[in-house]
Amino acid sequence: MRDRAEALILRRARWRPAEYVFWLLAFAALVLFPDRHLILNEIAILALFAVSLDLILGYAGLVSLGHAAFFGFGAYAAGLLAKHAVAEPVIGLVAAGAGAALLGFATSFLVLRGTDLTRLMVTLGVALILGEIANQAAWLTGGADGLQGVAMDPIIGVFEFDLFGRTAYAYSLVTLFLLFVAARRLVNSPLGLSLTAIRDNPLRAAAVGVPVNPRLVAVYTVSAAYAGIAGALLAQTTQFVSLDVLDFHRSADVLLVLVIGGAGYLYGGIVGAVLFRLVQDLLAGLTPQYWHFWIGLILVVLVLMGRERMTSGVAALARAGVDRLRPGAGRATKELRP
Amino acid sequence: MPDLLAVENLSAGYGEAIVISEVSLRLRNGEALAVLGRNGTGKTTLLNSLIGVTRRFGGTIALDGRDLTQARPEQRAAAGFGWVPQERNIFRSLTVEENLTAVARPGPWDLSRIYRLFPRLEERRRNLGSQLSGGEQQMLAIARALVLNPRVLLLDEPTEGLAPIIVEELLRTLKRLVREEGLAAIVVEQHAHKVLAITDNAVILERGRIVHAAPSVELRSDSVALERHLGVARTAGGRRAAPSVSL
Repeated sequence: MRDRAEALILRRARWRPAEYVFWLLAFAALVLFPDRHLILNEIAILALFAVSLDLILGYAGLVSLGHAAFFGFGAYAAGLLAKHAVAEPVIGLVAAGAGAALLGFATSFLVLRGTDLTRLMVTLGVALILGEIANQAAWLTGGADGLQGVAMDPIIGVFEFDLFGRTAYAYSLVTLFLLFVAARRLVNSPLGLSLTAIRDNPLRAAAVGVPVNPRLVAVYTVSAAYAGIAGALLAQTTQFVSLDVLDFHRSADVLLVLVIGGAGYLYGGIVGAVLFRLVQDLLAGLTPQYWHFWIGLILVVLVLMGRERMTSGVAALARAGVDRLRPGAGRATKELRP
Repeated sequence: MPDLLAVENLSAGYGEAIVISEVSLRLRNGEALAVLGRNGTGKTTLLNSLIGVTRRFGGTIALDGRDLTQARPEQRAAAGFGWVPQERNIFRSLTVEENLTAVARPGPWDLSRIYRLFPRLEERRRNLGSQLSGGEQQMLAIARALVLNPRVLLLDEPTEGLAPIIVEELLRTLKRLVREEGLAAIVVEQHAHKVLAITDNAVILERGRIVHAAPSVELRSDSVALERHLGVARTAGGRRAAPSVSL
């Protein structure tokens, strides 16, 4: 079993050429778009946040309307740590991720119970509670005025943050990449496969030996850590934390990002973040007062048309193109189909 | 030989409804038991109760001396129950190989052995569960139970809805698992003639209770019991015919 199972895992985990191109472009953006580093940094952070939601929603089928709870917790943890104790960013990231993971572990038991609607309400409730705590604890968080006076040291004592966001983008992108690689390994492991089995049917998964609740707790905790690190990146690169990090719209935005990009394949979160932020930027430039209208309209069209249908249409076109270039490949594919 | 599976006075059902009452079963290593009965007599509920997805009202379940009465479904699967559900219920968004890898446990039943048993699955190993035919889904459901390296296979109407030629192939495979591999199995079937040839003993359920228990070979020739409990001994033309399966 081990040999063949390992072969499967290795095959699933193998990087495809398009992925190399994707990440090369992401890193090339550092030099290709020198005046867009600030928005690129926002995209990288939103992408990491979306990847964290994808782990629970796309793979384990756990819906959440309060993922900002972990994002915000990580942001405040990193901000407070920098302000009062250690201003080294990487230490802050690790601490914020660990703190958010603990919070995720503690609240995961709440989302194990009930159906999707219960989970939506519970996750929303947790975020609202944290938001109000942050608001009331103004002595610590700065309340509605936000956490002021966050100053970061150079990353590992070498890379200073600059006004143009170059270091910030590089830092966020490297963090996103490393955590993406880890998430990729996770979802391609037997544990990741069992999460998909749980998403398909938890009762059936349990009956064939998958420990459903422990696995959901595990992935929820990992997802919370990712969201916390995303929040910490925002706090460190903007050197400011406001109540906005715990706001409902942040949870809704990241869900929207995943709807746009597609859940359940990790890249969906990243592609969705790029599209969402670019469209938002474009619409905000064209119609600063009504950009939410257009975002809403795009969402409705996306959902009604079915993103899967669109992406499968693009994939079918790509396959047809490949088949045309390689005679025989198409025939082999068809033979494998039922 | 000590009992591998011991079920004592098991009563279970769904919600407030008791579907099976005081069912007692014993199964030894390498023994196959047929559970027969008409529609709605509690056969599936019995298997569901063994894997722990029903509400238990009383009784005990022990596997290899270990009390599993209070165990959760995944603990029962880990203890040795390999469940093949009635609707196959494969994970549709995973490929054949992923379906197997997701639940596999260490043991003699590995992917290579599975593919030797079901060469068709190896051909289809990169196809999604949703792309398989009914027969292939059934093979995958059995294979998924086998990679758990179970002590007891629990098969719920494995031939239901399959083409006759696939049924023959599946029954041959089941016979091989039971007779040659020595796997203990409980096979729920509505069609007695299909299953009595590959099992050692049989019980018949009516209204959630065991009303008849006998060695399979005896029951095959007991046209009175078959007629009374299952209505299968008499053919449409009124001629008595002992059920037979050529495998």
